[in-house]
Amino acid sequence: MPKKIDAILTQYGRKQDELIPVLQGVQKEYGYISPDSVSMISRYLRISENQIFGVSSFYAQFRFTEPGRHSIKVCLGTACHVQGGATLLDMLERGLAVECGETTPDKRFDLERVACLGCCALSPVVQMDQDIYSRMTVNKLTELLKIYE
Amino acid sequence: MNKLEKRIETAKKKWETLDEGNKEPVIYVGAASCGRAAGALDLIAGINNFINENNIKARVVEVGCIGPCYLEPLVDIRFPGQPRVSYNNVTVKTLPMILKSHLMEGVPHAKLALGHFGTNTFYDIPRFFDLPMLKPQVRIVLRNCGFIDPEDIDQYLALDGYQGFLKALKASPEDVIGVVRQAGLRGRGGAGFPTFKKWTVCRAAPGEKKYLICNADEGDPGAFMNRSLIESDPHAVLEGMLIAGYAIGAQKGIVYIRAEYPLAIERLKTAIHKMKEYGLLGKNIQGSGFSFDIKIKEGAGAFVCGEETALIGSIEGKRGMPRSRPPFPAISGLFGSPTIINNVETLGTLPNILRNGAEWYSKFGKEGNRGTKTFSLVGKIRRPGLIEVQLGTTLREIIFEIGGGVQKTFKAIQTGGPSGGCLSEEFLDLPVDYESLASAGSIMGSGGLIIMDEDTCIVDVAKYFLDFTQKESCGKCVPCRVGTRHMVEILDRITHGEGNPEDLLALRTLGDTIKKGALCGLGQTAPNPVLTTLRYFRNEYLEHIKDQRCRATVCKDLIEYRVIKEKCTGCQSCVRACPTGAISGPRSEPHNLDVSKCIKCRSCYEICRFDAIAGDAIVIRTAEKRS
Repeated sequence: MPKKIDAILTQYGRKQDELIPVLQGVQKEYGYISPDSVSMISRYLRISENQIFGVSSFYAQFRFTEPGRHSIKVCLGTACHVQGGATLLDMLERGLAVECGETTPDKRFDLERVACLGCCALSPVVQMDQDIYSRMTVNKLTELLKIYE
Repeated sequence: MNKLEKRIETAKKKWETLDEGNKEPVIYVGAASCGRAAGALDLIAGINNFINENNIKARVVEVGCIGPCYLEPLVDIRFPGQPRVSYNNVTVKTLPMILKSHLMEGVPHAKLALGHFGTNTFYDIPRFFDLPMLKPQVRIVLRNCGFIDPEDIDQYLALDGYQGFLKALKASPEDVIGVVRQAGLRGRGGAGFPTFKKWTVCRAAPGEKKYLICNADEGDPGAFMNRSLIESDPHAVLEGMLIAGYAIGAQKGIVYIRAEYPLAIERLKTAIHKMKEYGLLGKNIQGSGFSFDIKIKEGAGAFVCGEETALIGSIEGKRGMPRSRPPFPAISGLFGSPTIINNVETLGTLPNILRNGAEWYSKFGKEGNRGTKTFSLVGKIRRPGLIEVQLGTTLREIIFEIGGGVQKTFKAIQTGGPSGGCLSEEFLDLPVDYESLASAGSIMGSGGLIIMDEDTCIVDVAKYFLDFTQKESCGKCVPCRVGTRHMVEILDRITHGEGNPEDLLALRTLGDTIKKGALCGLGQTAPNPVLTTLRYFRNEYLEHIKDQRCRATVCKDLIEYRVIKEKCTGCQSCVRACPTGAISGPRSEPHNLDVSKCIKCRSCYEICRFDAIAGDAIVIRTAEKRS
């Protein structure tokens, strides 16, 4: 495992302004930022682990726990909110028995909210992994979940 | 003739004959993020299948977004020598009909066609730009969007791309600043600061190294103009960066873009690669002595990074927290060097100004507010989409002529996203310019226009925006960190029917204090949605407080679901859909809804609404006043 992270790190320079790209690169590979990764990054960029946690916890993109198999992102941008996006999130939280930002115990789904996916004219939208589904309803979403195992 | 000139000449020929005289028809599919969400990629697969099965020679081109999102997915077909014809809301079902008629038989399917891009009449198809949504628009920034292949630099060059930059190179940087000054261009990121002023300060600032940053951290929920522009015409933005970089004397450009826009990032990377190949980026560009390089930095999901100083912090690898100004970034910005941060749209406008001249540009718009502005028109509107209008156009024209009116009864329009305000019906004749919007308590902002109708609860919307800014507050200054949180708590109480009349005064006092005391633009504008709604929709707040009534039937604690016995046919669809077993009743008899078990999840309402048999037997209505 440490070898692999070395391979990622060496693609970047060793200055502080590379920190966010490095974190993004690590998360892309592993799906999250583990404590081990943080200590490796700390040694590579020569900045403290504390500082790395400080920066990474500031940005919504970074996660510190292992992700599930599929990610569900419910868009709660203004247009989606006005068209009922919050009802969809409610339904998912209840149906999957997790809170927003958590992973189901069987590691099947990650549930997240996003501020805007930029598909406002097709609201409300839900993103499943890389695919965006438009004009969602509670019932359409129930059916959709069944596709993702 | 140098290498670039030769390339431009070939590009133009290629564009005119479409495919170097092969006489192949071209099929354009709108495949920006929005088109893809509407199913564009399935259509592309379908088109390729059709072509292969029928042995047709044709080329499929993915284009960006032309604007009328409600008509997505859009498929255009063009035969050499004929105008391009656009088909709207294409489905897997209608696609073969269109292809058979137009591609195989050579006759456009006039019934399914939306419009054509020619100048004369063509079959019975209207001209695309004569459609009611398009006609009042003036397309300058969006001129290529949905029209050219964003991944093909030749198509951009064929339509006079990079001419503005080449023209700028022949003039002195001071002259370029002069042209932008004369054109009257103001920052399109929302604040409307004259672009030339910023540039002049930066140009004069001492320092060897200077930076130009393109702010593509489009964080406002409900706004997607920048995403669309980059996805549909990335070279326009990059050309603008070259012009701005040349004018201020920068050697490095950085595009700071949201990670949530993967397609836009991909398109930028492709475009930058091509620019290098064509000698439009790098050292000593076109022998002018001007060297410039562009890098992409992905944001990591923090709304506050749209603020200049926070954005700089983020690029430097720190927490994206704003700092107090002065010094302004134009004097001391990224790594302490003079830095200019321009919005995507400002940069996208520059090539047009340089190419056509300041005089041409200043013909659009009105005194003090020259040119055009793009908006994303969304919410409860009939024709949502991406539009571009002259500054000074009234809200009424935008909503009713371009947008085709509201789905139900118009209630309010929100401009400027979470930093802007909600305006009521009486402001419909307000011209859209920086000063008029500010005088009404709102702002221009980056360009999100969200239309609300009678089904939208104003208090809920105000709470939504404030909840958003509160979550995105970086926590550095007290007014924003504590103040917005307190305001959300009050609004939360009101939407739960637990408000009291003093709350309104508290909201106003808090709002005014945050506006005055916050460190950066995020905090200073955060109370706007609440303050404007308090001003223009006070009654709705009072109804929530005094009568515990939400007239839009949005606030969950103030509504209930009921079965209308006369309408219910007893089809049992809702019984099956209900997750808590709140609805019961035998088949063919009106069902019962147990209010104590109902969690108001909307499943039954949706099922009933779309069911042709019963139709609307389940209603949501305001609950009885609590005793």
